[in-house]
Amino acid sequence: MTKQLRSVDVVLVGFGWTGAIYAEKLTAAGLEVRAFERGPWRDTPGDFATTFAQDELRYYWRHGMFQEASQATLTFRNNGAQTALPMRHWGSFLPGNGVGGAGVHWNGQTYRFLPSDFEARSHNEDRYGPLPEHMTVQDYGVTYEELEPHFDYFEKICGICGQAGNLNGRTVDGGNPYEGPRSDDYPNPPMQMTFSQDRFAASARELGLNPFPVPSANMSRAYVNPLGLQLAPCTYCGFCEKHGCGNYSKSSPQTTIIPVLMQRPNFSLLTNSEVLRIEKSADGSRTTGVTYVDTSGDTYFQPAEMVVLCAYPLENTRLLLLSQIGEPYDPRTGEGVVGKNYCYQVMSSATVFFEEEFTNGFIGAGALGMVADDYNGDNFDHSGLGFIGGGYIACHTTNARPIESHPVPDGVPRWGSKWKRAVRENFLKTTSVGVHGASMAHRSNYLDLDPTYTDAHGRPLLRMTYDFTLNDRRLTQHLTPVAEQIARGMGGREVKVNDRRGSYDSVPYQTTHNTGGTIMGADPATSVVNRYCQSWDCPNLFVAGAGLFPQNAGYNPTGTVGALAYWSVDAIINQYLRQTGPLVQT
Amino acid sequence: MSLQTRRRVLQFMLLGSTAFAAPRGLFAAEYGRGKGMPWSPLKGETPYYGTNDDRFFSPAERETVAAICARLIPSDSDGPGASEADVVTFLDRQMAGFYGRGQHWYMQGPFGEGTATQGYQSEHPPAMLYRLALAELDSYCRTENGYPFVDLPAETQDEILTGLDEETIEFKGVSAKAFFDLILKNAVEGFFADPIYGGNRDMIAWRYIGFPGTRYDYRDFVGHGGAAVRLEPVSLMGRPGWNRS
Amino acid sequence: MRPARGTFLIVLAAAGMAGLALGTGAPQAQELSYSQVERGRYLTIAGDCKACHTDIESDGVPFAGGRGLQTPFGTIYSSNLTPDMETGLGRWTREEFYDALNEGVDREGHHLYPAMPYPYFTLMTREDTDAIFAYLRTLEPIASDVPENDLPFPLSLRQSVWGWKLLFFEDKEFARDPEMSEEWNRGRYLVDGPLHCGGCHTGKGALGADDDDEYLRGGVLEHWFAPNIRGGENGGIADWDRDDIVAFLRDGRARHTAPMQRMGEVVAMSTQHLSEKDLQAVAIYLKTLDDGPREEQDLAEADRLEIGEGIYFDNCAACHAADRSGVPYFFAPLTTSNKVLAEDPSTAIRIILGGARAQPTEAVPSVLAMPPFAWKLTDEQIADLLTYLRQSGARKAAPVSASEVVDMRDYLAEEY
Repeated sequence: MTKQLRSVDVVLVGFGWTGAIYAEKLTAAGLEVRAFERGPWRDTPGDFATTFAQDELRYYWRHGMFQEASQATLTFRNNGAQTALPMRHWGSFLPGNGVGGAGVHWNGQTYRFLPSDFEARSHNEDRYGPLPEHMTVQDYGVTYEELEPHFDYFEKICGICGQAGNLNGRTVDGGNPYEGPRSDDYPNPPMQMTFSQDRFAASARELGLNPFPVPSANMSRAYVNPLGLQLAPCTYCGFCEKHGCGNYSKSSPQTTIIPVLMQRPNFSLLTNSEVLRIEKSADGSRTTGVTYVDTSGDTYFQPAEMVVLCAYPLENTRLLLLSQIGEPYDPRTGEGVVGKNYCYQVMSSATVFFEEEFTNGFIGAGALGMVADDYNGDNFDHSGLGFIGGGYIACHTTNARPIESHPVPDGVPRWGSKWKRAVRENFLKTTSVGVHGASMAHRSNYLDLDPTYTDAHGRPLLRMTYDFTLNDRRLTQHLTPVAEQIARGMGGREVKVNDRRGSYDSVPYQTTHNTGGTIMGADPATSVVNRYCQSWDCPNLFVAGAGLFPQNAGYNPTGTVGALAYWSVDAIINQYLRQTGPLVQT
Repeated sequence: MSLQTRRRVLQFMLLGSTAFAAPRGLFAAEYGRGKGMPWSPLKGETPYYGTNDDRFFSPAERETVAAICARLIPSDSDGPGASEADVVTFLDRQMAGFYGRGQHWYMQGPFGEGTATQGYQSEHPPAMLYRLALAELDSYCRTENGYPFVDLPAETQDEILTGLDEETIEFKGVSAKAFFDLILKNAVEGFFADPIYGGNRDMIAWRYIGFPGTRYDYRDFVGHGGAAVRLEPVSLMGRPGWNRS
Repeated sequence: MRPARGTFLIVLAAAGMAGLALGTGAPQAQELSYSQVERGRYLTIAGDCKACHTDIESDGVPFAGGRGLQTPFGTIYSSNLTPDMETGLGRWTREEFYDALNEGVDREGHHLYPAMPYPYFTLMTREDTDAIFAYLRTLEPIASDVPENDLPFPLSLRQSVWGWKLLFFEDKEFARDPEMSEEWNRGRYLVDGPLHCGGCHTGKGALGADDDDEYLRGGVLEHWFAPNIRGGENGGIADWDRDDIVAFLRDGRARHTAPMQRMGEVVAMSTQHLSEKDLQAVAIYLKTLDDGPREEQDLAEADRLEIGEGIYFDNCAACHAADRSGVPYFFAPLTTSNKVLAEDPSTAIRIILGGARAQPTEAVPSVLAMPPFAWKLTDEQIADLLTYLRQSGARKAAPVSASEVVDMRDYLAEEY
């Protein structure tokens, strides 16, 4: 039997970056906020202290802080003709779990999307003519200019370390000349670069490119954010991504927001409590709260005046489908919206092997890198290229965790004496130039509910139907050779190119940048939420996260995810609370 | 706007005379309500090293696994291999634990063949996959070579392993390729994981490749400029230099 | 945004009004004035009354008592300060309350155990105690029976306190030093009176009374060594300037260290709420307390120092930096730490074993914590590490032995 609880003003489903952002702003506005997190409590001293955080087997290979597939996974197939099968354990991406979500174990590369990324359809059609049929690329419905103050605030909350390239329209040397105008500089200077970045930057400049420091959420110095919270200097330990930071030097919900929230009497958080459904009023015009289950198996109804979905994009999409909110997307007709425009990231790289020089990759940090944006977005002329979008090309030194990072040159076998020797010879002498390619939406890539497989509570798993598109292939074929060229100019003995070829493979880790499914837009016929991230169907339901992206840009998503959350919560406080109801009239 | 006004702005609904239940909170925990961040001394999710020294393999299985690992990561003139690193002990403990049971994996049926891009689709969790495949390997070796795997010369062992890898040898009821891929992955894990898990004994693999281990501060070395940075490796439980001789 | 404080004020106002409207049977209710209550509230905060008189461990109602205070002689439970007629101060008069704070006797004439810091509160004037009493009247009466004290015979007899007081207690008024500034005198009054710093920071004699020769030179309490807080030449905090002392007490962060555990409570519940002027006065006073010359210390064997240095670099540099300079305001510099260099290394040993947390405050809500090393380092390793830290700087302290670590480990194992 479902027990009923006392009503609260706001329920947040999921408590990672966006949950913390909404909670902080909404409790500051005086609302009673209750967050639900299906994973456990997590904090620095107890869960990833410097005494044991640097444990590669536990945190990466045994998925110490990721969602457990046994609790819920998804099914996957490359196309509609195949039968989707469960991802029995994670591979290509690693959804977070627990308080702080993936914000605990991200690398911290914190970009702003380009102004043209938010207008991907109109911008590209204006410049290059109509996009191909079935390329379901859309505008966000919100512009870079509107998001700018929110990018700026998120960067200050995180203490992002970087070099501005465009301050209020003025170009600044050493920064990204292509970035949208910034109202303010980064709150902290860039990190200290290592040998590999120096070689990359020199080679890129030689080719006429404009390298700049990766905007980093690993601190270049001690920093106090606008909430009074302290971030310590990064120590380049090389245990960043997939690990929590033991010395408070990586921005995370724990280091930048949660301690303030936990002091507020109008905030509460329930851990190990999984939201099963968003409940609706009889006429379906409002949400009335959520039904959740705790680990004892008891279910509860938590009434609320407003619900915000702050889980991972894949789970936000599934919850909407399970709750029958919004029209499910149908790839045959192209009608419907929930699950539409699932996108990913098209990654490739060129590994450099040095003969004499040591790269000492163990001296690294998640966002330690130099990057060039000359081939990102529409920063270059796409005429005649047959694709839109691009990606950044970067040289990061994130780690030399040996189970994960022991590249060997072309021609070396996978095992045996030759392999072992090659690992030893190259372990301290490699670096890599990576391409972080955009992923454009296509009619046949989507998310829906699986007809066969269910989760631990008997609910259908999400089904992902996804493959790289023609645009993706042309993009990666155009950009990977540039990365190779830079790599060859870095003075190494040899270069190994890691192309992105063939179908999308769910097995090898690529990146945890899953986007779409709950996309935002200007038209209820083609988007799940409006420009303020408010459900077109239930005005008291909001959605956060990278699921909002109508297609994915050639950047890491977190900066834009943070800005969209602050933009949306600002609209809730300054518009919605004054006059509840749709913020965009249809 | 104050809390009170906000509350008026939001329409209350639904409540009326409903009786409220309090969550049992036995497992699910509540945080917040102005109580601050929980903290108490001595508490932490420290690694469970040493406590999991259970074994899964039978003596014969253990010998075979050790022999396979010794070919995947051989001991040779260039340096130590899986034998010196005691990778088999690592694997034994892993198979006896949550990993071997597939406890964190989604193991509900139906089980289909799948494409390569769909990943692991065996109905067997890792430990059972090992057990079944080792039995198949044993019977293959006896039938084809007249001896169990461990008694074959290294060259023959390599040929057999290549056969598994390249799918020229197939097992009944279990995928030889899935087994090979898994044991290769697990052997590399055991070779390079922290010694608390049973492999990489005395940090032998870290010394071999020059990895300094669990150190947490390289600020003094960031500007190395391409020169070698040689530091004694440290494991989660320290290094010999922490103790008086 | 301060919802916590806002709510608190609302509750306070409501409680105050209830007191006025209903009288709650309190004889002086009609004399409650805003300024008097406000003054009493401030002094209550300065005296940190709430910390002891709230069963914090069991999430008790503020001021309702019941917190067990461990003394070297046994456990003493704090009393209920709310105006409940049966279990609290409901039947008390201002005079009786003054006697309790000034002379250490309750309304039945029983002697109070000196866990109640009346040896310090005796410096407070009648005006001050009246104000505190007025504030306590505004609290909601809470019926809360307090457990019996757990003391061995003969200490379980209240008469024994009479003897103790005869020996050690002096009912005194605060004597202004006309040679010194107004601020200095205010500082000394606060330190010796309401703040009762000596309760922890002054060494005690065998029967638990302050040893005047050890005034603010550090003391042991509940297996913590509360460090030397003399700020003059050779004092424990000689290299803190006045602003450091103020920042420590106001923000819970200073260049040198942050308050943790017990002192963290004091900063959270008391000093962060005090006026800047009062905190300056405290700093001015402490900075005038010189200390005697430091003794030469024996040096440990070179191999212990070398081992200790290795353990330090591998384990501690991530926060405290390879050169032990720390990150001021974040992670304590250890080169001048008065916990590391204290004559009694208990606190340093305890922090390494059990971890510690920098107290979050309104100004600095961060919760920076040092993780426990008990599971990771042996007694000998901790002893070598600390010995290295105590002997590697300009100022040197005696080596630490493994047996000292064993003792603390045993205590913590029993306690947690």
